[in-house]
Amino acid sequence: MADTIILEVQRFHPESDTEPSYQSFEVPLRDDWMVLDALNHIKDQLDGSLAFRWSCRMGICGSCGMMINGVPKLTCETLLMEYAPGPVRVGPLNHFPVIKDLVVEMDDFMAKLQKVRPWIVRKDDFKPEREYIQSPAQMETYHQFSLCINCTLCYAACPVSGLDSNFIGPAAIALAHRYNLDSRDQGIEDRLDIVSQHEGIWDCTVVGECSTVCPKGVDPSLAIQQYKLTATKEWFKSFLLPRGKN
Amino acid sequence: MPQYTTYQPKPYRPRMSAYWYLDQWNYLRYAMRESSSFFVAYFAAITLLQIAALDRGPTAYAHFQQLMRCPVVLVLNALALAFILLHAVTWFLLVPRVALRQMLGRPTPNVIASVPNFMVWFGATVIVALFILRVI
Amino acid sequence: METSAHDILIIGGGGAGLRAAIEIAQQNPKLSVAMVSKVYPMRSHTVSAEGGAAGVAAKDDSIDEHCYDTISGSDWLGDQDAIEYFCNEVPKELLNLEHWGCPWSREPDGRVAVRPFGGMKKMRTWFAADKTGFHMLHTLFQTSLQFGSITRYDEVFATRLLVEDGAIQGLVGIELRTGKIRAIQSKAVIICTGGCGRVFPFTTNANICTGDGMALAYQAGAPLKDMEMAQYHPTGLPFTGILITEAARAEGGWLLNKDGYRFLQDYDLGKPTPTPVLRSMELGPRDRVSQAIFGEFEKGRAFKGPYGDYVHLDLRHLGEHKIESRLPMVRELCLKYENLDPVKEPIRIRPVQHYMMGGVHTDIDGQTTLAGLYAAGEAACVSINGANRLGSNSLGELLVYGARAARSAIEYIGRANGHVSQSAVLAQAFDEERRLEREFLNKTGGTERIAKIRDEMSHTMETGCGIYRERDTLIESANKIRELKERFQRIAIDDHTRTFNTQLTSALELGFMLDVAETIVHSALNREESRGAHQRRDFPKRDDDKYLAHSMAWRSPEGPPRIDYRPVVITRWPPGERVYGR
Repeated sequence: MADTIILEVQRFHPESDTEPSYQSFEVPLRDDWMVLDALNHIKDQLDGSLAFRWSCRMGICGSCGMMINGVPKLTCETLLMEYAPGPVRVGPLNHFPVIKDLVVEMDDFMAKLQKVRPWIVRKDDFKPEREYIQSPAQMETYHQFSLCINCTLCYAACPVSGLDSNFIGPAAIALAHRYNLDSRDQGIEDRLDIVSQHEGIWDCTVVGECSTVCPKGVDPSLAIQQYKLTATKEWFKSFLLPRGKN
Repeated sequence: MPQYTTYQPKPYRPRMSAYWYLDQWNYLRYAMRESSSFFVAYFAAITLLQIAALDRGPTAYAHFQQLMRCPVVLVLNALALAFILLHAVTWFLLVPRVALRQMLGRPTPNVIASVPNFMVWFGATVIVALFILRVI
Repeated sequence: METSAHDILIIGGGGAGLRAAIEIAQQNPKLSVAMVSKVYPMRSHTVSAEGGAAGVAAKDDSIDEHCYDTISGSDWLGDQDAIEYFCNEVPKELLNLEHWGCPWSREPDGRVAVRPFGGMKKMRTWFAADKTGFHMLHTLFQTSLQFGSITRYDEVFATRLLVEDGAIQGLVGIELRTGKIRAIQSKAVIICTGGCGRVFPFTTNANICTGDGMALAYQAGAPLKDMEMAQYHPTGLPFTGILITEAARAEGGWLLNKDGYRFLQDYDLGKPTPTPVLRSMELGPRDRVSQAIFGEFEKGRAFKGPYGDYVHLDLRHLGEHKIESRLPMVRELCLKYENLDPVKEPIRIRPVQHYMMGGVHTDIDGQTTLAGLYAAGEAACVSINGANRLGSNSLGELLVYGARAARSAIEYIGRANGHVSQSAVLAQAFDEERRLEREFLNKTGGTERIAKIRDEMSHTMETGCGIYRERDTLIESANKIRELKERFQRIAIDDHTRTFNTQLTSALELGFMLDVAETIVHSALNREESRGAHQRRDFPKRDDDKYLAHSMAWRSPEGPPRIDYRPVVITRWPPGERVYGR
């Protein structure tokens, strides 16, 4: 068993490069190392100019998403041993503009999150004295969709996101759906206008890769398809049982 | 040389290759599933030809059957059958993902929820087969 | 140099920062609020908190009991007026968060559920499965998106506070994306930058927890309070330091040494019972439990592993169903990072640094000694946690003091007048830009590697300033930190580019950490008693005559920080004995 492994890391320094290129590094192969530990070894000992995002190292902050051998993963949760004997290709997330090395631009994604109005919308003035009553069963309907850590692996996996950068995307739609299903929310109509446009749910062709790569089991593909059903129902309701907008 | 102006780095925008679906096995499966619709259309066209031939009488129908026995057409039809089976199976496995269903207080695994679809399909196939084999 | 101006500036986009921003936006939508964070808000370390947030909810519970638990938990170093305010406000804040959509776990009747937690006499900890911090942070972040008056400066790294005429004028920061230096002017600044766990080698803290805000305030002349009080969480994984939540013990987990013995009974924490008893055994306060585990290490009754000694946290008797429904994340983390299933095997754990009770000194309004500078959350020290924080008190603190500091800041800018010379402020900003270029960006020929200095710093903090401390090792650590600060001047920078220079930010963070580490060591050296998380082998008893006071570390222009003392505010609970398990 070898005790080192080669990492081929995508490099791109905008001040000197027009195109990215791959650079190889040899790192120790330890059985309890994640790919993130290997990247940190490179940064600390071999090349301090390697840029990448990371924070919690326990799979909850969503910073460290990267492409590992062509598959989007959280590097803090991906065992290095899995790729022995290597080499392992590490690149920035697909379908995002690359700022430098393994760091991608997140502006677009942040704007899409905001667009779907991901907060509790109340149409009435009712404020309960204590908490809104919500049974465990009611919470179960939306709880899974509230687990999204905004790591954007789903955007990297979704071919539609790659082909059409206007597509709102799996995480944003799953978040909108989470609020729609929350019994405390009354904003389903507000979100419909944005989400049921062409760049919303209808751009999705059910590839399903988003749910496959999601590290938290959010299943955004399910959220999107459920949303299509909801949107269709609401559309029928709007002209069979029209109601004035307030 | 890159046109870098201080404090204004240009991000690199990768272009998605036209053959993106060859990169991953899951993408290829998806592409095959989608292209199976072409074969569904193909089968519909064949069926229409068959009905038209039926309508024009026994010689036209015999001509049609001869056409169907050509080796090229046989191979094409076999391929089409494979894709249509893929189409049907992936569709039935996908349908349960759409419906919001909670059995026993937990979301139901997709595979189990698609069993009724398969049963109906199997039943319908059996009935049609019995018709064709002149049992019914 | 890019400049902008806002009414109120918040540094840090975690629980406290977001709560403060929302409070300002709701109280006065006309005020422009800037939120400056070196990472996107949803990456803030609040996200990894697991256990819960305590707030009196049940009919048989009372605010006074929560106060008493917190005060005794703090070993009487907590300011009782601040604690009373906190205990009164926290149930309202938690309810408010529920209205904003936070998915608190529920009882079958639809009401918010509570669970027991360490050091608390009654069950009062609200929780959202075992991802409470995650749900709280995302709820706060998503709620904040609806306010147009909040401008976010994401991935802007603050390097210096601007001070003129004894009052805050804003900050200077680096916009990571482009490398541009920005000066953001504001009359009020709220520091919500979190803790400084990365000063220690084994910590539950994320990479970003480098005490930036604490160092910024300290460098601007504000004192840091109670810095010697660093909390060790009893149950962290041995290599990574990843946290295994206290909730695992609250749900009934047992701590066992290598003989399978529930050793906590030997450390005056009560008698073992099959189900957990509040304030006893595994539900004792974190400092006592960590010290007990360390005791087992010293007695040789612990397991030996490749990364040091460890003991066992046994959850097997809880059964798979309970673990899956109440502690799913614990199971996930063990499977992923330790390759073991807690349903079948006991978890390997050791105490790891987790929280900093100390921080920027503030009064009960969140105000520091510098006019216009406020602080809230882990970065601040009000102090409600004193010498030891009870689990599930810090998430509530973010909400209560985030909101309070915000209100204080609003009130301050309402009455702040005094004309400050714009050019003087901008001159400071240009000064800072030149300093960054001279000392880092354009520097060549450095000989010290960042990682090496960082490792030596954390190593000396662990040996000199760990769970048990004594004079000689503290002095050694103090000297070592001095040496490292001097070597830091010769740091080698490989990356001279401007765009997203993470080596530059690592170097700046190391600079902040060295300052903070120095205050920790000197505060520990000067406190000659043992209280809560600060245990001195050479002064094993608590000394209320001399040390019922907070340590205040002030920056001195040359040499180590100056330490003086500030008495603790006692209202209704005179100092008593901390009793657990009896």
